[in-house]
Amino acid sequence: MSARVTVSARMPIGHVRAPAYLRGKTGTIERSIRPFPDPERLAYGQPATPVMLHRVRFTMADVWGPAAENPDDTIDAEIYETWLSEAPDAP
Amino acid sequence: MTQTPLPPGHRWHDMGGTAAGPVPDDQHDFALWEKRVDALMVLCATKGHFTVDGLRRVLEDMGAEAFETMTYYERWIVSVSQNLIEAGVITQSELADKMQQVAARGPTYGEATA
Amino acid sequence: MPHDHADHDHLSPSGHPYRKDQDAPLTHWQQMEIALRELLIDKGVTTAGEIQNQINAMDSRSPANGAAVVARAWTDPAFKAALLADASAATREMGFDIGPMNLIAVENTQAAHNMIVCTLCSCYPRNLLGLPPDWYKSRAYRARTVKEPRAVLAEFGVTLPDGMTVRVHDSTADMRYIVLPARPKGTEGMDADGLAALVTRDSMIGTGLPLAP
Repeated sequence: MSARVTVSARMPIGHVRAPAYLRGKTGTIERSIRPFPDPERLAYGQPATPVMLHRVRFTMADVWGPAAENPDDTIDAEIYETWLSEAPDAP
Repeated sequence: MTQTPLPPGHRWHDMGGTAAGPVPDDQHDFALWEKRVDALMVLCATKGHFTVDGLRRVLEDMGAEAFETMTYYERWIVSVSQNLIEAGVITQSELADKMQQVAARGPTYGEATA
Repeated sequence: MPHDHADHDHLSPSGHPYRKDQDAPLTHWQQMEIALRELLIDKGVTTAGEIQNQINAMDSRSPANGAAVVARAWTDPAFKAALLADASAATREMGFDIGPMNLIAVENTQAAHNMIVCTLCSCYPRNLLGLPPDWYKSRAYRARTVKEPRAVLAEFGVTLPDGMTVRVHDSTADMRYIVLPARPKGTEGMDADGLAALVTRDSMIGTGLPLAP
């Protein structure tokens, strides 16, 4: 995947591993870890295909906009690739 | 913190950025029964009866009221039991019958433990 | 006084003073724990011995384990490099039984301070540090750390130098985290055992700093 990624803004029901406060936000892949069985299927006792897990770094400004406590502080979160799409490169 | 309204479909356990007060500084030591709940979770997960994802799914579905009114391991014993019922390891009826037997042994944890 | 039963408010229904764990009135949820445990033993899913061994294993895990890891990283550059590259492998190599845990160590430097939180539940590096403190599982810590980490740090009595970046790590999925705090000044002559005594639990979560020597 590209370095810049956007978290899907979907709001499904059920067990979900992309935190709501990061949905629709764009960050940078800090590192890609490895595939893990999809927890969103494991949670229901279903067979789970492996899904690539990325650590995505967001700035506080990326996430909270003008309300950020300190815009350059960062949040790193693990996001499954099923929740990510490539974002246009920053200008 | 300035708060924007949470979108439809936002779930209670998904707490990042939601309004909250000071971080509490209370602390308790875990009781034996709590350690036993923890051990049962780890053992049943290790043996493949369910996953930590299933544990979390039931905890989430128990709702915000359970989070506010039950202790951590009280919620866990419900979730572990629910997952084991779903996995077919135990039945609701077996658990209910056994709970009545346990309660009949005596009014304290020590007496009720066979 | 051990045999003073005058305070009837503290007598159990069986007439004895309450002992922690054993003599408090049985709750509905404790009934469920006893019942489930006995059912699982009856069905051969587990044994009493296996449950006790698991409790012993968790009881043996404490922040002292993490402190030993941190102190070694402070005194052994090759180990520090290995820890930052693969914290699970490095801690196992030190002899710690961390089970299947996938661990990442994040290093505090003069430029960055790291904090660990789990906003979706309360994931914690329990297989190294033992069970989490209650505040780590609280709504307040989970809600606020990703939005106002500096305000949370201030409540823990931590103020950072100007210009230092805060890096919050939200433990959302399969990885667990430990902060490798910066080695305190004035510890140049100390050995790993002495250094480990300076490493607090909170300094490995990022809500504290190591003690001064």
